[in-house]
Amino acid sequence: MSGSAAGSEVQARRQDAMRVLANASADELRQIYADMGMSVEASVLRGPETGLVTLRGRMGGGGAAFNVGEATVTRVTVRLATGEVGHAYHLGRDAERVRIAATIDALIQQDGNAQRIERELLGPLRQRNASRSKRKRDETAATRVDFFTMVRGEH
Amino acid sequence: MYVAVKGGEAAISNAHRLLADRRRGDRDVPDLRIDQIAEQLSVGVDRVMAEGSLYDKELAALAIKQARGDLIEAIFLVRAYRTTLPRFGYTQPIDTEDMLVERRVSATYKDLPGGQLLGPTFDYTHRLLDPELAHDKQVDKPVTREGEHEKVVRVSSILAQEGLIEADGEMPEGRVPGDITRDPMEFPMERDTRLQALARGDEGFLLALAYSTQRGYGMNHPFVGEVRIGEVELEFEVPEIDFAIPLGTVQVTECQMVNKFKGSAKVPPQFTRGYGLVFGQSERKAMAMALCDRALRAGELGEDRTAPAQDEEFVISHADNVQATGFVEHLKLPHYVDFQAELELVRKMRAEQAKAASDAFDLAAE
Repeated sequence: MSGSAAGSEVQARRQDAMRVLANASADELRQIYADMGMSVEASVLRGPETGLVTLRGRMGGGGAAFNVGEATVTRVTVRLATGEVGHAYHLGRDAERVRIAATIDALIQQDGNAQRIERELLGPLRQRNASRSKRKRDETAATRVDFFTMVRGEH
Repeated sequence: MYVAVKGGEAAISNAHRLLADRRRGDRDVPDLRIDQIAEQLSVGVDRVMAEGSLYDKELAALAIKQARGDLIEAIFLVRAYRTTLPRFGYTQPIDTEDMLVERRVSATYKDLPGGQLLGPTFDYTHRLLDPELAHDKQVDKPVTREGEHEKVVRVSSILAQEGLIEADGEMPEGRVPGDITRDPMEFPMERDTRLQALARGDEGFLLALAYSTQRGYGMNHPFVGEVRIGEVELEFEVPEIDFAIPLGTVQVTECQMVNKFKGSAKVPPQFTRGYGLVFGQSERKAMAMALCDRALRAGELGEDRTAPAQDEEFVISHADNVQATGFVEHLKLPHYVDFQAELELVRKMRAEQAKAASDAFDLAAE
């Protein structure tokens, strides 16, 4: 029981990290990873390979699924010298960022590395992603229409 | 007599070299960078992504550069590139309710949760050319205002609460969505397959058809329930991982068209709907798609099919601009033998006609 709970915790951690990494700007990801100066022995098991995924939407927004079109996706799988296998799939064709993301996916499966990566890499990236979203949201909010009613006649 | 010949290699090669030169233009003018196209001609880039049916801004921008700004040629380049890549699979359907909204307007409700968000729109501009743009005009930073974090509910959910509008649109349980990139198109078509064809259809063609429905050719009295533009997250399931992988975000435009419907033997009077979903910021296309989707549902809703926009085979067969341009433009390629045969035939017919006339004259003279 505790084994599967630990497993699902690692899973949640990996999924969250993948979201942060996929939404990060490539330059920021590269920069922060380089600054960490981690010496990682990771061999590439698969890729980098660029292919297509077909995007699906839902008719009416929430109805039955339909295919909208394709997007380019690049994937990489790496294995650490210690055996952990890391995967990454990102939109686009930037193989380098995906290789870094796959390495991080492998590293955070080790409890020892997970904390440092969270503190030095995922945390800062998460913050930057959030501030980019917030800026967009705030710029849009400034274009929100404030209706006012003109009262006519007597009450 | 026509004798087949070979030739033209040198002419073709020189023509392509000349094309490369003309594409580049005056060498004293700086070369266009891909990021300049992606950033400053972004709506054109979005159109190439939508109709090229490939979400990749850099590739679309490259295609526009290579095509000298000819968007249909750029779409053709992108479509050709697509065929060189393996397919990894299908994403989870995107959730447009969970969108990071950049624009959202409704023409049916003034006050609705999330509000009317104009975003970066051409609407309400005066359409006056700005001479200052001819130089490197300094542009002000956008105004910001503390945004609310509330979910921007789809307007269709609001109407649904009253029960006056049809549901989102369902397909039979267990149906795998049709895929025109995998299976040849067949008519009649299911709505899911049709939506895929419309999503990559030519904006101009769909716009004209949508306009025709407004002018009375298949009238369906539309309201824009909502148009929204923004970023949605993509998730993808692969066998090697036990959870859905977040791939990153894409920008899409969604249009919920709401249409008056007087009801039929099967359905009570209610509002019906058309749906549009397009890559990038492509509001005109999303609206045209939604109007065409609704018009093409005529059969399903028991309406008379009298107008071109309601004719599924006509609309879907002619919506793809790569197919259309291929067939129209192939006419300029050598048809020497074809034409020679036609020429022979016309000469023969003329000769026969002349002979018949002179025989008749001889007969009359006798």
